[in-house]
Amino acid sequence: MDLADQIAQYMVSGLSTGAIYALIGIGFAIIYNSTEIINFAQGELVMLGGMFTLFFLETMKLPLPLSILLAVLATIASGVLFERLTIRPLKAPTPLSLIIITIGGSILIRGIAMLVWGKDTHALPAFSGSEPIAVGSATILPQHLWIFALTGIAIVSNKLFFQYTITGKAMRACAVNRRAAGLVGIDVRRMVLFSFAISGGLGSLAGIIVAPLTMTSYDVGIMLGLKGFCAAIIGGLSGGIGTVLGGLLLGTLESLGAGLISSGYKDAIAFVILLLILFIRPQGLFGRAQTERV
Amino acid sequence: MLEIRNITQRFGGITALEEISFRVAKGEITGVIGPNGAGKTTLFNIVTGLYTQTAGSVILEGIDISRLPAERLASRGLVRTFQNIELFGTMTVLENVMLGLHTRSNSGILACMGKMPWHVREETRIRSESLEWLEFCGISDLAEQTAANLPFGKGRFLEIARAMAVKPVIMLMDEPAAGLNNRETSELAELIRKIRSTGVTVVLVEHDMELVMDICDRIVVLNLGKKLAEGTPREIQENPAVIAAYLGEG
Amino acid sequence: MAVNREIIKFLAMVVVILVAPLLVHEGYLINVMVFIGIHTMLALALNLLLGYAGQISLGQAGFFGLGAYISGILTATHGINPWAAMAAAALFVTFLAFIVGFPILKLKGHYLAMATLGLGIIIYIVFNEAVEQTGGPSGLSGIPNLQVAGIVFDTDLKNYYLIWAFTLAAMGLALNLVHSRIGRALRAIHDSEVAARVMGVNARLLKVQIFALSAGLSAIAGSLYAHTMTFIAPASFGFNFSVELVTMVIIGGLASIYGSLLGAALLTLLPEMLRAFQDYDIIVYGLLLIVMTMFMPGGLVKGVPSALSRIRGKLQGRPVPHA
Repeated sequence: MDLADQIAQYMVSGLSTGAIYALIGIGFAIIYNSTEIINFAQGELVMLGGMFTLFFLETMKLPLPLSILLAVLATIASGVLFERLTIRPLKAPTPLSLIIITIGGSILIRGIAMLVWGKDTHALPAFSGSEPIAVGSATILPQHLWIFALTGIAIVSNKLFFQYTITGKAMRACAVNRRAAGLVGIDVRRMVLFSFAISGGLGSLAGIIVAPLTMTSYDVGIMLGLKGFCAAIIGGLSGGIGTVLGGLLLGTLESLGAGLISSGYKDAIAFVILLLILFIRPQGLFGRAQTERV
Repeated sequence: MLEIRNITQRFGGITALEEISFRVAKGEITGVIGPNGAGKTTLFNIVTGLYTQTAGSVILEGIDISRLPAERLASRGLVRTFQNIELFGTMTVLENVMLGLHTRSNSGILACMGKMPWHVREETRIRSESLEWLEFCGISDLAEQTAANLPFGKGRFLEIARAMAVKPVIMLMDEPAAGLNNRETSELAELIRKIRSTGVTVVLVEHDMELVMDICDRIVVLNLGKKLAEGTPREIQENPAVIAAYLGEG
Repeated sequence: MAVNREIIKFLAMVVVILVAPLLVHEGYLINVMVFIGIHTMLALALNLLLGYAGQISLGQAGFFGLGAYISGILTATHGINPWAAMAAAALFVTFLAFIVGFPILKLKGHYLAMATLGLGIIIYIVFNEAVEQTGGPSGLSGIPNLQVAGIVFDTDLKNYYLIWAFTLAAMGLALNLVHSRIGRALRAIHDSEVAARVMGVNARLLKVQIFALSAGLSAIAGSLYAHTMTFIAPASFGFNFSVELVTMVIIGGLASIYGSLLGAALLTLLPEMLRAFQDYDIIVYGLLLIVMTMFMPGGLVKGVPSALSRIRGKLQGRPVPHA
């Protein structure tokens, strides 16, 4: 294989991981926009998606599509439960207490997953075989196609939801100005709950579709969550196209970096990018600067 | 003393202040008044370095301070108080005032950690001087209370004591009478006169007309981001434009 | 007078720490107490930043690790005197934190948390990947013990006194610091950064200085750790340990020097008591973080006395004002 072919190959796998990061990143952005919370437990929801699917598939012996559906629902329920039990009861939330509570939540969820499913790594079967498909000089796995398709569908329906449904519009109103939204009769706390539900759904989907490629275990959530956050930061914490581009950019850079430079430092790439963006353009690559008021 | 020169401030497309200019004379009490939204607090935030203006400059004792950040102004003798009182809630009343002496003390981290003798001497000076400022503002009986537990009116006096501890040449007060009852307001008027008598120039934004007319030497009227009038309280009270724009309102 | 009470409190603690090993006969417990000392230093360093200046760092384990690796590599690979290596580690890490502190501490809240976390993970990845220097995931061994005037610190008991000498010194210096103008300025930034700036506190610079101090202190702890253990591996310096340090500070009490000792002691003893649960102690950490933040945000140092007085008030049937 010559260099061009290699690069094409890296691009394919980079874009597919990038799509995963984008899904997770959008989950971060949705919660952030409606609550100004960075949910450190976001990665754990991703992990739960994969683990729940395994549970329904292998322990309950259910068919794969049903297992996936149930896993998404179960993860959404976990996200909602988490918000209900930890964040909502806080009387005077400060950024610090929210950071600590969501970190606590993430450790707790990870611990429980370890208790229930053990420390082993598990593989989820590919959705439709693993016969590589040749596309030009590169090859694509069917699972890659699943990832692109499902991510695309999720992002588009997410966009439609926020653009056209009453609930979606209400959530956007909360994102712009929570108090004003409350004054016009929007139930802000319900919208916060919805935002946890939606990002739980997106996160679990990400965890499920990536599991056949990368395996899953109780602790995959940390890295996936952080990379998703990185994607969201590149995208300026937008719930839309910015974060999608951020995810794809990050996935591709990582994949190229790992292939062409050093695979050991692959994980460092995301964090170097994260720091650079935060230092130089905290509003994201695609966002506009906002005047900070005192 | 303090000169505001052609200050313009835009937020996005909105012009909050347009070409504002006036001078504050040394040792005087100057009132800045105007209806809500006139741009008074924005002007204060620019002068005290919290906002950076779109155009124009602020001159303090002949030096252009308009590009200096807030933390560099205290050592030049410019301090302010806030409309909603910004106290250090977890600290005691005395500690709040002690912080006012931050710029007039200089022990570094290492000297503080090692409890160097000069640092200990400095600390003693900070404490005794702070007690004097509490006395000056009439709240020395509250010295050991936690600031967050103070009633609003006392908090206002603490904020002034803390600002005085900086040894300012000029103090800007953002609605000092807001939230005070009648008795406290007259105590405040008394205190502001006392501050002036120590040689400190005072600029205040205020809604309480009685107070403004009572204590101010000069008044600047802002309306919709522009300077409407300037003069002595008597001149302002008789200015038809002011009456139309402002006093006529009530 | 208040000042004297402070001194008596501190001396009482020193006495307890000096005699503690004489009462303990199991070597294993002394080893645990050595760790409590190291953890106290680390929690203290973080508390200066988190509790006093109100700035979170999720990358403390990285600075701890840098201290350990710099000291370890300089001594084990290059044969430099351990004390000189410790000084070099402390100076380098302080300097590094001072430089990266400027862009990092411009960030607030969640962004700051993520940036420090990212920094910590980058450092951790370097420990794993720079195999030539660090030995990679399998670690670095053969680090010499420290020695003073012919005494080699090679037993648990000797290390106990060595570590605690450093820890107590750090606590004393920190107590002085927080009761000084710098300590007031830090708390002022925490309470109202705008007002602190208007009073002339250079909040940005001060935050960076405390960040650097905190990193430097963590590096000294790291160096002590390396010379005590004589073996180090990246696993000790990962993200989980950074979170564990935050937990110590939160449990003991934000903005409390003695709270750091309490938090470090509890969280070091906890895994020992939870031996039966093996790795599942992270569930307990998670629960502790959530429960403490929800019900006792002041940590044990402040929460327990106020809870006790409330209970006592209830027993005596009179209302107690909320703390």
